[in-house]
Formats: sequence, C-alpha cells, structure tokens
Amino acid sequence: MNKATRYVIKLSAILTFSILFFIIGSILVKGIPNLKLSLFEIEYTSQNVSLFPAIITTVMIVFLTLIIATPLGVFTGFYLIEYANKESKFVEIVRLTTETLSGIPSIVYGLFGMLFFVIKLGFQYSLISGTLTATIMVLPLIIRTTEEALMSVDNSLREASFGLGAGKLRTIFKIVLPVAMPGILSGVILAIGRIVGETAALVYTLGTVAKIPDGLFSSGRTLSLHMYLLSSEGFHIKESYATGVVLLILILIINGLSNYMGNKIKKGRYNE
Amino acid sequence: MKRNFIEKLMKAIFIFSAMTSIVAIILICIFIFNGGLPFIKEYGLKNFLLGQQWKPSNSPPSYGILPMIMGSLYVTIGAVIIGVPIGIFTATYLAKFSNKKLYKFLKPCINLMSGIPSIIYGFFALTTIVPIIRNIFGGTGMNIITASILLGIMILPTIISISEASIRAVPESYYEGSIALGASHERSIMAIVLPAAKSGVISSIILGIGRALGETMAVILVTGNQARMPAGLTKGVRTLTTNIVIEMTYAADTHRQALIATALVLFVFILLINIIFSIVKRRTLN
Repeated sequence: MNKATRYVIKLSAILTFSILFFIIGSILVKGIPNLKLSLFEIEYTSQNVSLFPAIITTVMIVFLTLIIATPLGVFTGFYLIEYANKESKFVEIVRLTTETLSGIPSIVYGLFGMLFFVIKLGFQYSLISGTLTATIMVLPLIIRTTEEALMSVDNSLREASFGLGAGKLRTIFKIVLPVAMPGILSGVILAIGRIVGETAALVYTLGTVAKIPDGLFSSGRTLSLHMYLLSSEGFHIKESYATGVVLLILILIINGLSNYMGNKIKKGRYNE
Repeated sequence: MKRNFIEKLMKAIFIFSAMTSIVAIILICIFIFNGGLPFIKEYGLKNFLLGQQWKPSNSPPSYGILPMIMGSLYVTIGAVIIGVPIGIFTATYLAKFSNKKLYKFLKPCINLMSGIPSIIYGFFALTTIVPIIRNIFGGTGMNIITASILLGIMILPTIISISEASIRAVPESYYEGSIALGASHERSIMAIVLPAAKSGVISSIILGIGRALGETMAVILVTGNQARMPAGLTKGVRTLTTNIVIEMTYAADTHRQALIATALVLFVFILLINIIFSIVKRRTLN
C-alpha cells in the first residue's frame, strides 16, 4: 500500500515534469533548424513571413503597457498597504475587484477592449487599444505582487524612519520602496510574460496587421498573435515553430529573471 | 507647507490609482452586459441558452448556444479528470517527498509552466497530441479527448502551486502525531495531511476550472470547432470562448450581438466560479 502510494505520487511528478520538458524540448528541437536569418527581415511579405515586425510590436506593447500599469499598480499597492485602514470597506472592494479581474478570461478582456476602446472611443484596431486592454489585464498581478512585497517590509523600518522625522511619502519612497523593490520587480517581470504570451485579448484590440505600427493609432501583431495566425492558417508550420522558439526563449529569460528577483527578496528577509 | 501639500497630493494620486481597478470592472460589466442583454431579451433567454442550433447564416438565423455550453463543459470536465489527480499528487511530491535541492530546481519549473503562453501549448497539442489521437481513434484527431488532455496539462501549474502551498500550511504537528501513532510516512500524508489541506486543494481545483473554461487560443487549434451538440469523445466540439473568436472577424448586427451575449454567458459562469472560490477561501480563513 505504502509502496503503491509512493509510486503513484512519484509517477505523477515525473509525468508533470516530463510533459514540461517535452513541450520545451520539442519546440526547441523542431524550431531551431527553422530559425532562418530571412525571418528577421524588416518587411513582412506573403513569401517571407518575417517575424521581425512582430518582435518590435511586442516590445512596443510591453513597454507602453508597463508605463501605464506599473505606476497604477504600485500606487494602488502603496495605498492599500501604507495608507488605508485594513478593515475599511474601500480596501475590501478594491481587493474583491482585483481578485475578480484576475479571474476574467482574456477573451472577455479582448471583447471588452473591442467594444470600449476600439469602437466606443474610436481608437480602431491599434497599439493604444491593445495597450489599454493589456493594462487592465496585468493590473491585478502588479497590485498583488506589490502588496506582498510591501507587507514583507519590516515595520520597524517604517517606525525608525518616522522616528527620525521623515514624512509618510519620504518613508515610502526612500525606505520601504528600495526594500520591496525586488518583489515588485518580480511582479512586473511576470506581467511582461503575461503580455508577451497574450493572444485572445489582443486579436480584436491590437488587430493583426503584420507591419511595424507607425504610431499609437496603427495596428500590429505581437509574436504570440503572429504564431497563432501562422498556425491556424496551417501553411507555415516551420515558421510557427521558429516563432515558438523565439517566444519560448523570451519566456525562459523572463521567468528566470522573475525567479531571481523573487529569491532576492526572500534572502533579504532571512538576513534580518 | 509645501511638503504638506505634496503629501496630500500624492495620497490623492494613490487613492485615484486604487480606484482604477474598480472603474475597470464596472466598465467591463457595463459593456459586456449592455452589449449582450438586448439580444438575449429579444431572442429569449431560454432559446438562447437551450437552443441546440447555432446557425447564424440561416434565414431565419438560429442562435442556440447549448452546443457551446456543452462543449465547454465536456472539455473542462475532461481537463479536471486528467489534470486534478496528477496535479494534486505532484503537489504532494513537491511538498512532502522531494529534497531541498531538487525542490529548488522543480519549483521554478512549475512557475515556468504557468508562464508558457497558451499559444505554445496549443501549437504543441496541434503538432504532437493531435497526430497521436488521430492514430489511435481515427478521424481528424481534433476532438474532446485532445482538448481535455491539452487543458489538463494547462491547468497543472495552477493546481500544483496552490495545492502545494496549502499542503505546506498544514501544521507539522498533524504529521508528527500520525507518525508517533505508528503510521507510515505515506499513510500520514494521504490520511492526515492531505485531508487537512482539503479547502486549499479545492480552491486550486476551482481556479483550474476557471482557467480551463476561459482558455481560448490553445483550444481553438485542437477541438475541431464544429458548432453542434457533442456527439462523442472522439468528435469535435466548439467552446464558448472559441465561438467568439472564430466568428467575431466577420460577424455583424444581430450575429455580433449574439457573440457578445455568448461572452456574457461565459462572464457569468466565471463570476459564479469566483464567488464559489471566495466562499471556499473565506471558510478556510474561519
């Protein structure tokens, strides 16, 4: 009985991790040979489905989204942890809404973005519509990680700062923020991963044009969208694999960084 | 004086930021409900939810989404059957069987697994799982089984990380007490620790269900997307999510409203799941 239980548990773990390694391995093995230099040409044509414009669009949308979402998320965290009365109704409502937001499927975000940003506000399929949709999507993630990071900062630090005559704002920016920084950064990096991997929320907001957007109000496609469009058309399996490799490598780097940052804040806590 | 003003200004900015998520959710509700409700009112809730025909291009068109509700239900149940046991056992392994060194390597792997974009999972399923299923069961290989396997894999990281945390949260004394009474390591874990972690494990399953129900771009590549009542495990289906993505490209007028109404139904399901989740969570805290 004991043996059987142990086997089942070990087998499940082996299965889980083999699936993960198999997925990564199969994309890399089949994709790397298809990574041709021509795929990185600046122009996308129907002969050469270059993924370079998609890389640039991805960078653009990540950058724009973070510019908006990071201050909003981090400031929300500041308010919830450093200012608000923990028992107040307002805090409860903010918690409830962020929790609800994080459970909403990305296609619902996509449809909302289409109805609101694309149609109602008249932004069309554009970088700005995609960015604003993505902002709402990653906001709960940034809020939550900021909250966790702020909560992990020892209260004695705050008290010492107040004791020395520093105001609330100064304490937050000079004392609390530097200590909580790795935790917040790991959340922001996770948000990057989420934006990079997003498809359903962007297909009807950012649109699918395969060119580098030439302004906030022009459409584009991210790497994930590019990969989705290629693989659903079915004519460009090789190029899909190649895009998969680029995407996967990005995600590996992003996750590695986030993990590194997360460990850093843990270490800081043990050293106290 | 000046400092006081800046303090107050920044506090106002922080409060303003905290309100964005509230504004966002209100806007989302307004636009999804406003977009979908008029159609449902006009077409009839019963006809919409229980209609078995989705034929937007017929005249008169029929917009029954029961096939998609059933499709979503089938693949979600399939995902739970496949993903939950593997996920819980893997979580048990990570919390109670792995050594520290191995854990340091495996834990980031779970995070990586949840960070891999759904399109990569979908593409992997399309190029690897579909041919295998096709060889075993014949047909196109794009069916409920394929989608269930894919979603089962995709919900693993959710189930594993939450279950693991709740298994770790069980006081060590439970385990020690059981060992002291002569139970083996395995028996103590299966009979004492896991049941004590029950509510955390259940919330992980609920979140996993939410994830499976909401998944779109991966599912679209491997379920066949036929808008008809599920005809068997080896036949294709269409889910609520994919229905929206597939037809939104060309839908207009009533058809488009019907798609927004589909999203509304999905949204309500997800809200229900969220409510159940917070009830379970609140119970745990008490």
